[in-house]
Amino acid sequence: MSSIDQTTTAHVHRDDVGSRMGMWLFLFTELILFGGMFLIYSVYRFQFPDAFHLAAKELNIVLGTFNTAVLLTSSMTMALSIVAIQRDQKTLSMVLQLITILLAIFFLVNKYFEWSVKFHHGIYPGSEELLSKDSGEILFFGLYYVMTGLHGVHVIVGIFLIAIMTRMTRKDIITKDSYVRLENAGLYWHLVDIIWIFLFPLFYLIT
Amino acid sequence: MEKHDNYNEHSHGYGIYILVWLALMALTAVTVAVAGMNIGRFTVATALVIAAVKAYLVLTIFMHLRSEKKTFSVFVFVALLFLGISFVLLFSDYSFY
Repeated sequence: MSSIDQTTTAHVHRDDVGSRMGMWLFLFTELILFGGMFLIYSVYRFQFPDAFHLAAKELNIVLGTFNTAVLLTSSMTMALSIVAIQRDQKTLSMVLQLITILLAIFFLVNKYFEWSVKFHHGIYPGSEELLSKDSGEILFFGLYYVMTGLHGVHVIVGIFLIAIMTRMTRKDIITKDSYVRLENAGLYWHLVDIIWIFLFPLFYLIT
Repeated sequence: MEKHDNYNEHSHGYGIYILVWLALMALTAVTVAVAGMNIGRFTVATALVIAAVKAYLVLTIFMHLRSEKKTFSVFVFVALLFLGISFVLLFSDYSFY
């Protein structure tokens, strides 16, 4: 009896590969979520190519490109934070995670200004200005707000997720020997990056 | 404690990530530059090819698929394959409207 107790306390149940696989399976559901929206986008773009081109002129390419660079950089700092924790550089890992969070907030601030300008011009879902436009343009802006909006929600979730990871790193829950949580948060963050990689050319670069 | 073995294959240096980041930034610049040119119907194709290359880099290097067990890559491939099938079936219908 006592020998069983000893083995159960001594053996730590851990399966990092399984943990990452679980994260990937979750990411596949995200792929279906966004994939469905890309399907809708492709059909409507196929039906209203001219309206989509015209509507895309309203978007700010400079701001979009800048935000792409911000998100790509945040993805790199996230990946680097894992290398840092692998090398037992706790402080560096935390700094890199915090930079990732700051870049993510910066992305959202840019997004806020971008949307504000559009709202100011009267272009928001259901507005008179928008409804007076061609149906293809209404669809473009509908998709624009839903897809970049849902992506924005993912960025917000990512910020909280990485913040929790930073706290865990500080409390030595995430360490050189146990950092699968940080890896999974990283996987989520990179997926958010990949979605933006496709959103950017499809909305900003079709003029 | 044999679980720790799989960490070794994971640890790249800092260098590769910075290199991939530079490649991603360069590809972003290329895709913006190409969009500025007028190459007609190839615009969408070029943008999507560049986006796919960027996504590939993120998947293999940032998301560690290259050093992960092969099962992961197979799973991702199958997931993308089915998304691809959805697009093909959808447009096999819509293209003839």
